[in-house]
Amino acid sequence: MEYMPSLYTAALRMTRNPADAEDLVQETYLKAYRAFNSFTEGTNLKAWLYRILTNTYINAYRAKKRRPEESDIDDLENFYLYRRLGGLEGATAGRSAEDEVLDHFTETEVKEAIEALPEQFRMAVLLGDVEGFSYKEIAEILDVPIGTVMSRLHRGRRALQKRLYEFGRQRGLVSEREGTHG
Amino acid sequence: MDEHCLEAVELLYHYLDGELTDDRRTLIQHHLDDCPPCFEAYDFEAELRIVVRQKCRDHVPETLRLRVAAALHEVEGHAE
Repeated sequence: MEYMPSLYTAALRMTRNPADAEDLVQETYLKAYRAFNSFTEGTNLKAWLYRILTNTYINAYRAKKRRPEESDIDDLENFYLYRRLGGLEGATAGRSAEDEVLDHFTETEVKEAIEALPEQFRMAVLLGDVEGFSYKEIAEILDVPIGTVMSRLHRGRRALQKRLYEFGRQRGLVSEREGTHG
Repeated sequence: MDEHCLEAVELLYHYLDGELTDDRRTLIQHHLDDCPPCFEAYDFEAELRIVVRQKCRDHVPETLRLRVAAALHEVEGHAE
């Protein structure tokens, strides 16, 4: 059960609820056990487990909640957070002030920022940035084309940055800068 | 920003994702070596990745481990 911590983390971000996350992980292990003969020896076990986790979530938990079709997100520019922290404007030496702001974000803020993403973007960011799966692996896990994975990842990341920036502003970690609204 | 910067920015996320061909990878590497503003932006994005990865971890409750182990044990029992 070496992948349980990653699976549990992903399950929590997907369901946003510890009780549902635990059920989801248990169901994933049971399905994996029953379907183990369909796993090809030598291929990626972690990706295979994630595929089961994702499908189980989509089929059971999402249906249960009967959420309306989730809305799209704004198309934000590259380096959203970095720009707002004043990067790209002035030359800095050594470890920059922008980098240091990152240390101040708490685990709760990072988790909330991920959980706030609409589902399709949340899944891509979880699989790519938290779990480190490749575009191809994410495409297989989510059963979507690689181009879709890239688009969801890029847009999800920028939305995540926007959320972090808002947390930073609320806590006074970053100040509103003139001329960088948007 | 010159045209090399624009090209680098376009490819930076793929570079960070380790999803570029060797040729393009080398191209970006050389540009980052020569261009401090692009390097700073790259460095920020790379640090952000690390922060997200490190701060998005949860401890598995012992009760869950036990529950899953028990559930699997039960299924095994039925299979025999």
